[in-house]
Amino acid sequence: MSVITFDPTRVPTFQVAAKDLLGDSQLRKNVRHATGVIQNKRAIVVGEMPDWQELRESGRQIKKHTLEHLDYYLEQFERNCTAAGGHVHWARDAADARAIAIDLVRQSGSDEVIKIKSMTTEEIGLNTALEAVGLNAYETDLAELIIQLGHDLPSHIVVPALHKNRQQIREIFMREMNLPNLGEAPQDLAEAARTFLREKFLRVKTGVSGANFLIAETGGVVVTESEGNGRMCLTLPETLITIAGIEKVIPRFQDLEVFLQLLPRSATGERMNPYNSIWTGVHESDGPRAFHVILMDNSRTNVLADEEARQTLYCIRCAACQNVCPVYRQTGGHAYGSVYAGPIGAILTPQLLQLEHGQSLPYASSLCGACYEVCPVKINIPEVLIHLRHKVVEQDTKGIGVLNPENLAMKTMAMIFRSETRFRAAQRLGRMGEAPLVNKEGWVTWLPGLLGGWTQVRDLHSMPKQTFREWFEERGKA
Amino acid sequence: MIDTSAARAEVLRRIRAAIAPAASPEAIDISWQAIERSYRHAASHDREAILELFEDRLRDYDAGVYRCAESEVPAVIARILTERGRHTLAIPEGLPVEWLPQGINLVLDDRTDIAAIDACDGVLTSATLAIAETGTIILQDAPGQGRRAITLLPDYHLCVVHADALVQTVPEAMRALQTTASLATTFFSGPSATADIEMTRIKGVHGPRFVDVILIV
Repeated sequence: MSVITFDPTRVPTFQVAAKDLLGDSQLRKNVRHATGVIQNKRAIVVGEMPDWQELRESGRQIKKHTLEHLDYYLEQFERNCTAAGGHVHWARDAADARAIAIDLVRQSGSDEVIKIKSMTTEEIGLNTALEAVGLNAYETDLAELIIQLGHDLPSHIVVPALHKNRQQIREIFMREMNLPNLGEAPQDLAEAARTFLREKFLRVKTGVSGANFLIAETGGVVVTESEGNGRMCLTLPETLITIAGIEKVIPRFQDLEVFLQLLPRSATGERMNPYNSIWTGVHESDGPRAFHVILMDNSRTNVLADEEARQTLYCIRCAACQNVCPVYRQTGGHAYGSVYAGPIGAILTPQLLQLEHGQSLPYASSLCGACYEVCPVKINIPEVLIHLRHKVVEQDTKGIGVLNPENLAMKTMAMIFRSETRFRAAQRLGRMGEAPLVNKEGWVTWLPGLLGGWTQVRDLHSMPKQTFREWFEERGKA
Repeated sequence: MIDTSAARAEVLRRIRAAIAPAASPEAIDISWQAIERSYRHAASHDREAILELFEDRLRDYDAGVYRCAESEVPAVIARILTERGRHTLAIPEGLPVEWLPQGINLVLDDRTDIAAIDACDGVLTSATLAIAETGTIILQDAPGQGRRAITLLPDYHLCVVHADALVQTVPEAMRALQTTASLATTFFSGPSATADIEMTRIKGVHGPRFVDVILIV
């Protein structure tokens, strides 16, 4: 099975990728339909909660508190998980996490693993790494299975295959599962996945999962899911390996009362998702006999160190911001060149890449603020976007960057805006300068050079014959 | 096994460099206590309304709902199984014998054999707790509920819930679970489902596709 991953050094900028994807009308239709359905479901179940805003505020405060004492809670989690029979491993970065995971899979004596959908394992390209050393990973979530069998990439945090419709999924399953007579009803497709995976659940001895929450107080791990594939991977194998970002820890069991209300309603528009599993270390004659947790940093501590951007780590991966985003809904997820797409991806991805790549992502937004409004833990995404844009500009104007045309234009503009005389002169000059470009209806439909970015997709109204100040001064004279 | 103690020290060092100087466990506890929790954490409905809400939520998930007295449980189970056409049920240890009807095949789980459970066409369990607002039933590794695999492999789950184990809200449930928080715990809300294909909710992928609930009042 060939596996592909997003390579940050090779993906095009958001603006370039988006231009291509906007031409795919089938993709846009699929994304618009799916995100529309989830948005409506979410609105209904959120609407029936009289204390939704109070829950959001508590969710935000719990996350803020946890991050302020992250070392304390991680060590507490480690102690309690170990006491319950689990093994805790630490990874500085993706390479560490992959090496630990490969070693643990080999030690489990299996050359294949069954996997629960996990964005963290997507983030580190685990499947590719396993395959490179001869270990096979089978994705068991329906959407992840569609992605894996279709040699595709995830485009959404909760529903990674939302860019595919039923006919496209049927074609993938017919080809990869060798089912020439497969129907195209969602029931037929789900049944095919059930049969395809059942044998693997009962045979494969090693499971790999992510985690929704790590509970410091008890050492427990929580996975929320819908299909039951998660429960299969968590309970049937002999060895279970959980890979989690360090920001997934929460202080106490009781804190789940907040997140288990916020997450399902925000993510899938359900009052509760079909299954939540909570386990603590190894349980006597119930589930895996060996349990490992890999706690991974992979640049999260850089985000933690940036106080204005720290709130990025509050994210519980519900994808409500993706579903509501007017930019994501047009381009779909692949334009972001990362497993984390949409508004949260636009702030998380560049930070995880330490702004060495992904600098175009903070601009993949109209700053409309819809993402902030739906965020269950109140991450002020527009605020972080602007903060990151500032950092990108600083980076771009360092050294030789002082001479880049945009920087020079901005500097000139600042110089003009600082003086009334210069501003008035610029207005007069603008009126004269634009004259050849204005059409009969009073619109500018083409601008040269850098300014052309504006007129490529919209017209510009010509400047009025007179400014308000000029009109006001004339009126005073008369 | 790869030694990750150097990575551990490095990650903790980075965290400490990023945040304010360490506070004492007591100070951290006080800070946690100070987190604002003004959401609902107690029932607002009366008993009957909570029961009706729970039944309504379960039906919404396409689960069957039956209300009866404890003495009627065997007869209700027998009737449901006949209607469902299920003959062989897995049961965990510790299930009340007075619930079990005559004339069905029961397979008592020995906590090791997976194939025997997979071969059953249903499973019968009790439950620890249920949440009305979300239509959720909570199972733990306790007598009458058993290990996690038995409520996962069979395609049909018949669950008997005591009305006094029913709460209205999620916070009430989590607080009641606090003392047994380290047991293997599964929340289930209706049958297994997916909406991964065009966001159409389809019942049943890997977990039980059919669920019935008997409420003892």
